[in-house]
Amino acid sequence: MRKIGKQQIEDIAVGAALLGTGGGGDPYIGKLMALQAIEEYGEVTLLDPDEVPEDALVVPSSMMGAPTVMLEKAPSGEEAIEAFKNLEEYLGKKIYATFPIEAGGVNSMLPFATAARLGLPVIDADGMGRAFPELQMVTFYLDGISATPGMLADEKGNTLLLSTINNVWTERIARAATIQMGGSVMCAIYPMTAKELKQSGIHGILKLEEEIGKAIRLAKVNNVNPIEQVLKTVGGFELFSGKVSDINRKTETGFARGEAKIEGLNEYKGETCTLSFQNEHLIAQTEQRLLCVTPDLIAVLDAETGLPITTEGIRYGARCVVIGIPCHPKWRTTKGIDTVGPKYFGYNVDYVPVEELVKKGVAL
Amino acid sequence: MSIYRIGIDVGGTHTDAVLLDQNNQVVSETKAATTEDVATGIYNAMKKIIDDANVPRDQIKYAMLGTTHCTNAIVERKRLNNIASIRIGAPATLAVKPLIGVPDDLRAALGKHVYLIRGGHEFDGREIVDLDEERLYEIAYEIKGKVDSVAITSVFSPVTQSHEQRAGEILKEVLGEDVAISLSSEIGSVGLLERENATILNAAVVNVAKTAADGFINALKAEGIDARVFFGQNDGTLMSVEYAVKYPIFTVACGPTNSLRGASYLSDLSDAIVVDVGGTTSDVGVLVQSFPRESSLAVEIGGARTNFRMPDLVSIGLGGGTIVRIQENGEFTVGPDSVGYRLPEKGLIFGGDTLTTTDVAVALGKVELGDPAKVAHLDKSLLEKVYQKMVELVEEAIDKMKTSAAPVPVILVGGGSILLPETLKGASEVIRPQHSGVANAIGSAISQVSGQVEKLYTLDTIGRENALEDAKSIARSEAINAGADPESLVIVDIEDVPLAYMPGNATRIRVKAAGELAQFQAQQLV
Repeated sequence: MRKIGKQQIEDIAVGAALLGTGGGGDPYIGKLMALQAIEEYGEVTLLDPDEVPEDALVVPSSMMGAPTVMLEKAPSGEEAIEAFKNLEEYLGKKIYATFPIEAGGVNSMLPFATAARLGLPVIDADGMGRAFPELQMVTFYLDGISATPGMLADEKGNTLLLSTINNVWTERIARAATIQMGGSVMCAIYPMTAKELKQSGIHGILKLEEEIGKAIRLAKVNNVNPIEQVLKTVGGFELFSGKVSDINRKTETGFARGEAKIEGLNEYKGETCTLSFQNEHLIAQTEQRLLCVTPDLIAVLDAETGLPITTEGIRYGARCVVIGIPCHPKWRTTKGIDTVGPKYFGYNVDYVPVEELVKKGVAL
Repeated sequence: MSIYRIGIDVGGTHTDAVLLDQNNQVVSETKAATTEDVATGIYNAMKKIIDDANVPRDQIKYAMLGTTHCTNAIVERKRLNNIASIRIGAPATLAVKPLIGVPDDLRAALGKHVYLIRGGHEFDGREIVDLDEERLYEIAYEIKGKVDSVAITSVFSPVTQSHEQRAGEILKEVLGEDVAISLSSEIGSVGLLERENATILNAAVVNVAKTAADGFINALKAEGIDARVFFGQNDGTLMSVEYAVKYPIFTVACGPTNSLRGASYLSDLSDAIVVDVGGTTSDVGVLVQSFPRESSLAVEIGGARTNFRMPDLVSIGLGGGTIVRIQENGEFTVGPDSVGYRLPEKGLIFGGDTLTTTDVAVALGKVELGDPAKVAHLDKSLLEKVYQKMVELVEEAIDKMKTSAAPVPVILVGGGSILLPETLKGASEVIRPQHSGVANAIGSAISQVSGQVEKLYTLDTIGRENALEDAKSIARSEAINAGADPESLVIVDIEDVPLAYMPGNATRIRVKAAGELAQFQAQQLV
């Protein structure tokens, strides 16, 4: 158990942007929400999953909708409270603690804002270990935990109880409702026991994010290479280094799909790395080699500062380093690959773990 | 009868001025020191070019000013208006209060009267809740006599302006016409906090802009010149005094833009890389269709995050006054510190005691300046290495800004550009236009007038073609309102970015139109 204050929030936000793998929304607005809540209500207690009683009811915090909408129509802070209270009433049980449903991007910060206001602890675990775009793309789903009963709430005071036959229907209905409710809502879904979270969640993800943020921050102070520090912290691999030479965004089914091309520099000279993204980076490859494939994490870092660059922030000429991080073993199961592997996203590529790709260099 | 115009650009070190004839030929030019109050430097430079030019004063019809008045006021937190800031958005947005991410001293200066009231819109234009007009009247009476400028920011006002406009009407009704009202929808794009910050900063520098404009107009009058005055803005186009006083925040980054535009004009190239070598740094920017390529990243002004579009620049610590240090073992460093404007007293060739990049170039015979005898004793082969390093610094920066490996034309401007060689790696040609020392002032003088729009469209409802047409026609009418000649209007920039995680094809479209000054064209025919 320990306290999370403003500096920890700053560091976690940087780590969350990195594990967001280019998507998940800029944690900036979530960070400001967490900072304001901590300023007004005090520091937040962070618990290890093992510190929570097994039968306790725990509920992840998340938003659904377009992060761009949230950047304009920031939450009131009451939405999450309403969602939590209504869910407690429906289930007839108090919520013991909250945690991020998704450690990458803006969702990483929301549990802190909610926990500070409600005086709840935050548990150091999530359901992705990164960022993904759809509601069933969580490790809880792999273990058969239902997303519902769950609540959606908007800032106007509307709440919606979801009780669905499976998580794909939850995604479908929730997304349609989100549009009507104004494009961005707070969710209290995937209620579960602490025992279930212990089994199905990804442990220690907030600590990892804090360490990533700290490594980048201290690298600047100590004048050492921030990217080496990040790779050491996350156990990742440098995949490519160069400068962005082309970026092509398309509108398809509401997702920011596209490709970025990075022209190799130094040891990668003569090669071009193509990043395929749908909000998040999903595949990295050169003309000859496959470099990294979802669900392994692909992050693009500013070559100088080591700070993560989002798919929306990628611009011509930016010097960057592409890194790959092995995903949690839960994603590497058959059901895991079916849920978030390259084929689900429409790429005709087989999943090969990044550490093998780095070792052997699988030819295309 | 000939018609002349004055262009002035205020930089950190120098205030540059030019006087152009109607064919945009330079009649006179000067570089004066920038003064602490900015205004004196402007008057000095202006007086000098008018005296030197010796043209009939009644034929000087236009005066364009690119100035740092507003930037300095924000950075120094001085001379700011007493402002109130009203956000229309509750119950949404309460979790992130106004000015939360802004440095404490700026928050202290601008956060004395902050209100968050009910109202605002959804992304698709529906009202979130009704505008709380009653509360607006209460606030108006509360701040009456205490503030002279008000910033109003409503949720999704870039989509629907109505709540902001109504709020503006109510405030004017109670506070009178003298209190300045800044509406966020006229200042920034989607992104509440960044737009709100920009609007608050805008409200805060209204008086500064007014003082600068009045001072400039009066100084012109004192010289017997009755010219129409324009201000340069960040995107390289002009705004009238009336606009500048309403939207002073748009002047904060006009300097680098002016130098890029001036380089384009002087070299007659529309697509190129521009290297502006000053005393302390070199700025490298990119011209796309004669306008600076803009940065896509959030820009901080005085520590406040805004969503302005600024020229995309790389700055390197290499200028005419950059200090070169050579150790006994032959190792050396170039900068990043500089003697700056004190080069004429500090540099070796001027009898000073500091080895600078200018001294290196003179010693190697690449530049004729000062007294070469004072650097004749230096080891030439070592200096060649130093010079090589200086050139590499610039070449790296050029490469960083390029979007492909293909060589592109490179235009050198700025006082320090004499240091650089005739060929550069990655450059198809190196162009050193005449009058390149005052390219920024020329950029200021030849600026066009523009109008811009940034709006969210639901493409599934309106269709992409219609959305683009709508955006273009708004941009055109904005430009005409700002003083552009409708005949010469060209759409210079179109960008559409789909919103992530949102069905219905919600897309943000940004269009900019630019054209020649209407009256200027008309009068040219006389």
